[in-house]
Amino acid sequence: MLWEVEILSRPEQIDREGQRILGEVRLLGLDSIQTVRAGRSFLLEGRIDEATIQKAMQLLLVDEVVEIARVRKPAEVDANDDSTATGQLFNVLYKPGVTDNTALSTRRALQQAGIAIEEVATCRKYWFDHQAQLKEIQVLAQRVLGNDAIERIVQGPLQMATLSFGHTYQLELKHVPIRELDDQALMKLSKEGQLYLSLAEMQTIQKHFRDLQRDPTDIELETVAQTWSEHCSHKTLGGRIRYTDEHGTRQFGNMLKETIFAATQQLRKEWGKDDWCVSVFKDNAGIVTFEEGENVCIKVETHNHPSAIEPYGGANTGIGGVVRDPLGTGLGAKPVCNTNVFCFAPPDTPHESLPPGVLHPRQVALGVVAGVRDYGNRMGIPTVNGAVFFDERYLGNPLVYCGTVAMIPANRCEKKVSPGELIVALGGRTGRDGIHGATFSSAELTQESETISGGAVQIGNAVIEKMLMDVLLVARDRGLYSAVTDCGAGGFSSAVGEMGEETGAVVWLEKAPLKYAGLTYTEIWISEAQERMVLAVPPENWDEFHALCASEGVEATAIGQFTDDHKLTLTYDGKPVGELSMEFLHDGRPPVIREATYSPRTDGSKATFAPKTDYTDDVHKILSSLNVCSKEWIIRQYDHEVQAGSVVKPLVGVMCDGPSDAAVIRPNLSSKRGLVVSNGMNPHYGDHDPYWMAYAAIDEALRNCVACGADPSKIAILDNFCWGNTERPETLGSLVRAALGCHDAALVYKTPFISGKDSLNNEFSFLDDSGEKQTVAIPSSLLISALGQIADVQNAVTMDLKAAGNVLYLIGETKAEFGGSHYALVNSSQSGSVPRVNPELAPTVLAKTHALISAGLVKSCHDLSEGGLAIAVAEMAFAGELGVDLDLGHADPLVALFSESTTRFVIEVSPENQSKVESVLAGIPYQKLGVVTETGRVEITGQGKKVVSAANEDFKRSWQSPLAWS
Amino acid sequence: MISPRVCVLRAPGTNCDQETAHAFEICGGKPEVLHLNRILENPGRIKDYQILCIPGGFSYGDDIGSGVIFASQLKTALREEIGEFLAGDKLALGICNGFQTLLKAGVLPDGDEGWNQPDSGNQPAKATLTWNENGRYTARWVRLKVTSTNSIFLRGIDEIDLPMAHAEGRIAVRDAAVLTEWEARQQMALAYIPWRKYHNAERVTLLTAQAGGSPGSRQGTSALMEQGNPNGSIADLAGLCDPTGRVLGLMPHPERFLFATQHPNWTRMNLAGDGAGKQIFQNAIDYFA
Repeated sequence: MLWEVEILSRPEQIDREGQRILGEVRLLGLDSIQTVRAGRSFLLEGRIDEATIQKAMQLLLVDEVVEIARVRKPAEVDANDDSTATGQLFNVLYKPGVTDNTALSTRRALQQAGIAIEEVATCRKYWFDHQAQLKEIQVLAQRVLGNDAIERIVQGPLQMATLSFGHTYQLELKHVPIRELDDQALMKLSKEGQLYLSLAEMQTIQKHFRDLQRDPTDIELETVAQTWSEHCSHKTLGGRIRYTDEHGTRQFGNMLKETIFAATQQLRKEWGKDDWCVSVFKDNAGIVTFEEGENVCIKVETHNHPSAIEPYGGANTGIGGVVRDPLGTGLGAKPVCNTNVFCFAPPDTPHESLPPGVLHPRQVALGVVAGVRDYGNRMGIPTVNGAVFFDERYLGNPLVYCGTVAMIPANRCEKKVSPGELIVALGGRTGRDGIHGATFSSAELTQESETISGGAVQIGNAVIEKMLMDVLLVARDRGLYSAVTDCGAGGFSSAVGEMGEETGAVVWLEKAPLKYAGLTYTEIWISEAQERMVLAVPPENWDEFHALCASEGVEATAIGQFTDDHKLTLTYDGKPVGELSMEFLHDGRPPVIREATYSPRTDGSKATFAPKTDYTDDVHKILSSLNVCSKEWIIRQYDHEVQAGSVVKPLVGVMCDGPSDAAVIRPNLSSKRGLVVSNGMNPHYGDHDPYWMAYAAIDEALRNCVACGADPSKIAILDNFCWGNTERPETLGSLVRAALGCHDAALVYKTPFISGKDSLNNEFSFLDDSGEKQTVAIPSSLLISALGQIADVQNAVTMDLKAAGNVLYLIGETKAEFGGSHYALVNSSQSGSVPRVNPELAPTVLAKTHALISAGLVKSCHDLSEGGLAIAVAEMAFAGELGVDLDLGHADPLVALFSESTTRFVIEVSPENQSKVESVLAGIPYQKLGVVTETGRVEITGQGKKVVSAANEDFKRSWQSPLAWS
Repeated sequence: MISPRVCVLRAPGTNCDQETAHAFEICGGKPEVLHLNRILENPGRIKDYQILCIPGGFSYGDDIGSGVIFASQLKTALREEIGEFLAGDKLALGICNGFQTLLKAGVLPDGDEGWNQPDSGNQPAKATLTWNENGRYTARWVRLKVTSTNSIFLRGIDEIDLPMAHAEGRIAVRDAAVLTEWEARQQMALAYIPWRKYHNAERVTLLTAQAGGSPGSRQGTSALMEQGNPNGSIADLAGLCDPTGRVLGLMPHPERFLFATQHPNWTRMNLAGDGAGKQIFQNAIDYFA
């Protein structure tokens, strides 16, 4: 029997969901829709009567203080269905096979309470009054109520008899006749089979099987495609590249190794016994030392393509995925904080200007934020740092970077698989979700992506992953396993293939626990179902390991064994379905050879801004520009204090709403030592020169870290390249140029890269009204994430002004650098030269600023980034609710206020410490700017005239209002 | 003095257990973080403890409603053992998700008296914790006023700053009579009040009780901080205690203010040493001294 329990909020309670939808109705201009009533329902199937349903409602389903409910039988057709609400009803249900966490929890809880439930599903319900036009409701349904990729919408009272789906699976071995195909047919197979391999790669596979004198099975072909995907093998950036720019041509055998990685190697060599890197560029995250017996690791991943199609699930599983990276680093690290950076198109993009197949950027932003929130908060990992960057070119292809920092005991940083150990799947079950995620993420998005790749989208279940994490860390400390890795892109295929690379492995596919019956052996093997890890467990530890997992309710299943035959053998019910040599799988891929070119921009090197007598209005405009303005609406939805390590929060100041440069946390509650987490990114600089963009992003990440108290001599950084289609030489050229910047900057600052990631093909193409193919490529987006350390968190500094009478200094050198600046942006100009770091000066500026902070001489410190000095000072003032009275001297006020020259800070100093501070700063450019006042106003004089004058409240309002969404 | 034994009871999805145990430990207690499955296997184990604490998190994902599934286990499988615990001279604390669990199970608002009355399992709930008025999960610091003299946990505290982080923290009652009853029986333990502005000039001590400090001036633009009540909770309520004062539930997180450096304005006030939240755990431990 199938029952539906329909639940609405009591009339005196606010119908929040209904109001939210009504807000979206207004934004869409759907005038016929005047009211929306929202509710939800549980669909419950089992041999149960109505009295049992009533019991379930009372025990679990309905909160009678604020809700009302009724029961109906959806199997019985009833035209005059009496709903608790009236009007036109629309139901939103998950498509079969999509993870429904609430349903899963409900089923378990009801079964535990002794109620014989077999299946549960959930449903969101919306009632519109009868004046609402069906056409308008349908527009709303499509754009707001549900997402086609994972949900279906049913009009009217639900009519269904059963929730069950799936069927038993009979083994049916499939071969792919590849040996006889011509080139065209090979490429057709690559595309239609969603393998996304190149012709050279397809030909290599063909030759391999011709040599073996047989055709591959489908699972063999899929395994190769997953392993050779850009996502898993990073073949472009690790491949051969011939790079040409204004200095000539350079050949790379492995571009990443010879730039970013080489810089780290050189630094480690220089440091010798003082080397503080532990494990770099080889495991799922990079590890550095922290304190006696304890190391720290960090990883940042992207989840761009899934987030474009289903923002909530994409971001949700992005967090879930990156958290599993440290869990799968060494023998497992405990996450202590998350960081997220998003790139969206402007949220006010008109609906009618959207190309087909593109979700509205506001909807993307809302979904992404909710996805990160719901996963990170549930995991109990504080989200302490982040950024949001807006540009029109992210329209069809938003970026979602998710990062995790985690602690790992010094003696748990290495792993080793030995033949004979069991291959154990731990955590969530395997379903049909996420099939072809690895290959899909390596392809370009098109307007059809939503339909073709819907299966690549998943929804995470954070609690499953939390349980997995809890039990894994206990098993780690008991020494129950010898290796672990996460099951991410490519699923078991990548995880087992990687772990068994040096040994060999046999996998018994039918053993994998499934979410529902009916999966083929290939689906089991490549499914990217979330919340799974793969471990190598010595057989003698299996019983203890299994019992430990069972005691916490976590599923652990031996699905195979590591061997010593250097082969990957796949079986189903004892029958072989695939066999590949590890050598072919890991070393057989033909090298990717690419051309890369870069031509420097020739236009716009001279700034052509007319001088103004008053710049107050420009300060307002920059403060309210999307990249600079307050992100409090997002930050407040993230738990940034769980684990009780918070020292410097993302928002600081008198009213806890000023923008902090970095976050400081204390991962060990019994120690004074802290971690400092920050990031740097500025795609606008990349439009001028990716080399200097990379330099500036590193400088920004380091500045942010140092401003809060981190020691610049021990900051580890990560690169994260999101680029367009690198088959175009000029796109790859701009990437290589950025990598060269990374290399040079790492050596200058003596700051090692310890891990990194790239995501290529971030483009969206569609057919325009005239049938022409249009492609929108994202701007070159290099995110630098920094992980610094502070010896004693008590020395941390925040950016809010502290007391009237204190003196403000500007540290660093200001040049006329406006290329990619926010002053140029708000004045609609492309001109100006991009900020260039002075390599002779920059490390000294960081070191001296740190010396002042650790000597306790700095009351507040803020780095200068987008918008330059004027923005930094305005933020410090309103965060501290104090005024400033500054004199820029003889300098051009425009340059002094808004230039974005790098490596600069504003510091606040007590009057009695001025001479101490000035003696430390001797030898580098610095300038006394003026004093902190009680006035609550920002007053700035330049060349003898007042150039900025405003009350803190006014600047703060400009800064807070753009993204203060309700 | 023998350290009281503290059961920090975790369920799948609980995520504040470690720092909550740390809080009891630095106050001189003997905390154990115990999985609910261990108690379900052997319900008698609850007797071993003087203090029961349900920490924050998202028990069972909070998928149906916050704390609902955890609460259903207390109500059914552990009904008797919880009843015995409440009847004894023992303490129970629910923080955030723990508060939601205690309230939805019926341990709060009336503790022993409510739980151990005949047919208590079938009484309609007097109150619930439901969605914040803004419809969103919200993490921020709040200032609280202790509004009951009963609670053992809140002894010696008048006002206190603590962080909150929840989506379902709005207390709603069945009818207005519930409030009258709570007031008469001193069950309204904590109320949200407007945030106080800390300027460098004033050296405030947050570490001991304060004599009723008045909220700062109401200028500026941060409405949320100024209005005090962050979630629309009835009567600005942030926490409830039972009439004996031995059971406390609160939405804000005292275990996140054990150290001065956790206060959002510590750099403005040059704070060092302990955080004010520690007092709540110290009071519980001292009760058994």
